[in-house]
Amino acid sequence: MMSFMSPKALREIGVLGMNMRNADFIMKYNPRNMYPLVDDKLITKKLALEKGIAVPKLYGVISYQHEVHKLEELILQHHTDLVIKPAEGSGGNGIMVLTGKIGKMYSKASGDLVSLSTLQHHVSNTLSGMYSLGGLPDRALFEYRVQFDPFFDKISYQGVPDIRVIVFRGVPVAAMIRLPTRASDGKANLHQGALGLGIDLATGATLDGVCQNQRADHHPDTGYKTKGIEIPNWPAILRLAVECADIVGLGYLGVDIVMDKNLGPLMLELNARPGLNVQIANQRGLVPSLRKLEKIPVLPVSIEERLALAVSVADH
Amino acid sequence: MNSFSVKIWALVLATIGLAITAHKIFNVGLPLTPQQDTELWTVQAQASFTGDGGPAKFSLTIPSTTPNFLRMDEDFISSRFGLSVDTIDSNRVARWAVRRAKGTQNLYYRVQVARANNEVEFTSKPDFPEKPEYVEPYKSAIESILRTVREESADVESYVRALLILLNAPSPGANVELLLGRADDLDEWTSEIIYILKGVRIPARKIWGFTVSDSNNDMKLTPMLQVHNGERWFTFNPRTGQQGLPPDLLVWMVGDRPVYDASGAKDVELSFSVTKTYAELMSVVRKGAEASDSLVAEFSLFALPVQGQNVYRLLLMVPLGALFVVFLRTFVGVQTFGTFMPILIALAFRETQLFWGILLFTGIVSIGLMIRFWLERMMLLLIPRLAAILVIVVILMLLVSMATNRFELDRLLSISLFPMVILAMTIERMSITWEENGAGDAIKMGIGSLIVACIGYLIMTNESLMYVMFVFPELLLVILGLCLWMGRYTGYRLTELFRFNAMRRGGS
Repeated sequence: MMSFMSPKALREIGVLGMNMRNADFIMKYNPRNMYPLVDDKLITKKLALEKGIAVPKLYGVISYQHEVHKLEELILQHHTDLVIKPAEGSGGNGIMVLTGKIGKMYSKASGDLVSLSTLQHHVSNTLSGMYSLGGLPDRALFEYRVQFDPFFDKISYQGVPDIRVIVFRGVPVAAMIRLPTRASDGKANLHQGALGLGIDLATGATLDGVCQNQRADHHPDTGYKTKGIEIPNWPAILRLAVECADIVGLGYLGVDIVMDKNLGPLMLELNARPGLNVQIANQRGLVPSLRKLEKIPVLPVSIEERLALAVSVADH
Repeated sequence: MNSFSVKIWALVLATIGLAITAHKIFNVGLPLTPQQDTELWTVQAQASFTGDGGPAKFSLTIPSTTPNFLRMDEDFISSRFGLSVDTIDSNRVARWAVRRAKGTQNLYYRVQVARANNEVEFTSKPDFPEKPEYVEPYKSAIESILRTVREESADVESYVRALLILLNAPSPGANVELLLGRADDLDEWTSEIIYILKGVRIPARKIWGFTVSDSNNDMKLTPMLQVHNGERWFTFNPRTGQQGLPPDLLVWMVGDRPVYDASGAKDVELSFSVTKTYAELMSVVRKGAEASDSLVAEFSLFALPVQGQNVYRLLLMVPLGALFVVFLRTFVGVQTFGTFMPILIALAFRETQLFWGILLFTGIVSIGLMIRFWLERMMLLLIPRLAAILVIVVILMLLVSMATNRFELDRLLSISLFPMVILAMTIERMSITWEENGAGDAIKMGIGSLIVACIGYLIMTNESLMYVMFVFPELLLVILGLCLWMGRYTGYRLTELFRFNAMRRGGS
């Protein structure tokens, strides 16, 4: 059964639509010249390192096709437990996760084995722009594979659980954690079937979740109850998100954070056009919070004060 | 710029576009729909005479300035005669001549006219006439009339009007009675009026025309009175005094010259006939733009060579298609491969018709996809792989053309114009979506693109819309305004009403 909500009902609960996000927030608060800072993950990473923000370590970059056949000596001789990413990829496309080497083959996170030539082809595709916005030539990044905090084992099926924080004018307005499921094939993308859980900004406790557009209060694969889990290190995560927003100067930003068991929260990537699903995961529209923050002419500089503001704004 | 000023801009642009359109509809007289037929009159002058064996010349006055009517076409039929057309004063004269004419000769002049709201003016400027030496008893009668009229008038126009009222009064006074006695018919009566007007040095002349309404095989030229006030000519009915040119009067000639002149000919007969036909309006409009010299017509697309016109006929539809895509994406939220790709596919459908277009598109894309998956296993670089797909698309199209040629389905031959680069890009994008997001998404987006292309095709091949866009290209400003306005739409998309259904209180 297809059922839908009337525009009036959506307005009442303050749901942010795609058109309003683009016209009223992205166009207005994200200066175009700052986009490369987030669209190019290599620049983001360098900028973060300069400002002392925790990111996964960069093992190497391949920028030219003629380097592809030297993939082994440049990178794989030194590291085989790593993530390959297009520098200007979007929506998680073109990301490949390797966990080690078995004989002549490399093992992927899913357990599949791939040959060196498959990896080279993947890197070569990445360089020719197959995954980049607009198909422009790209580079391939090789970076540290995050060792997930065992905390997430029970509520995650393979893959990378990540925390997305939406930061508006330097103040967090909503957060969710995305847990891969069997249906999402280990990807943390909600529309591919990942489980999204809203997070209470004040406490860091998870709220009701949404999976495949249905309410969910347990993980579909592990069966583990997902409501009320307190995410460890929550204040550190929010602080990291706010710091990231400060360094790139984008008013409306999505910050993706992962929890490493040894290194703590790491910033994975930034997004200048964060999606709208965070509202579904939180069962809360963003518009009221965004409009409240818009009305405040000068926001506090101190991160502590801004985090306090975040809690009071979200609490309505 | 804030939302408000963007909307003002949108409004200003749309208003300019609509205002020009309205001006062209109401003032220039361009019609809004192409189907309606328009009345067309073919007026024919037939002259017949008997030649006496020597050289013969025949000249006929033909229409020059025709207010309310548009000359669409003219032809002169004259077997052995040489023909030249000259302009004499305000008239055009067709001159036929032949070295030797013996026996009955027939000459025809034919002109096709359509009604038009063209504001053609008679431009000639006359000299002021000398006051004639009237003779008694007319002298006192005319002078008395002129005196009476002078007291009742302010300018040339009102003077003539008052004069005509006086002269045509139902119970005329003795003075008028005297003058009426001199004039036997309307022609002489008009001459008499012109003669009277000379007494106050008002330039006046006759114009001759036909009243065209229905078909008529024996038409007579009717005179009208024109007076000049120093700036322009005013037309009056010499009998009723009514001012203005009757809308159904086709002006044939100006002045007092004979309608024909013949030498070396006897038993000359000249007859005029009119037939009413209907023509497609489009051609009338085209001729109108050519003939009229207003600024609007100057910038009309009809002024382009026919080849260029056909290109623009198509090009002007592309913004309309784009507007439709903007609408679908902003208000509905349909996902397609590439923003404007469906529009390009829709353009291609024009060549093949919808049914064959869809068949070809699905066929070539499906086979291309299968080959693309095979290419994937070869691990080619991106650009060579795209080129390989392009080659395969061309081969597929070649095969289709050869097959259809064999089975004599010549419609499909036109797929040579099917945009192969677009097909190749569609295949590439679709296969990437297929791998990244699964077959379901890829097929959904493929069908979405196809549906948008089909509707786009229906919009862009709509005859009425094509006509309107071509005749009123200023509507592009309206489209631009609409784009600006939609660009600031911040409401929900139709698909979002479903997407956010999971936010319903109490769950779904």
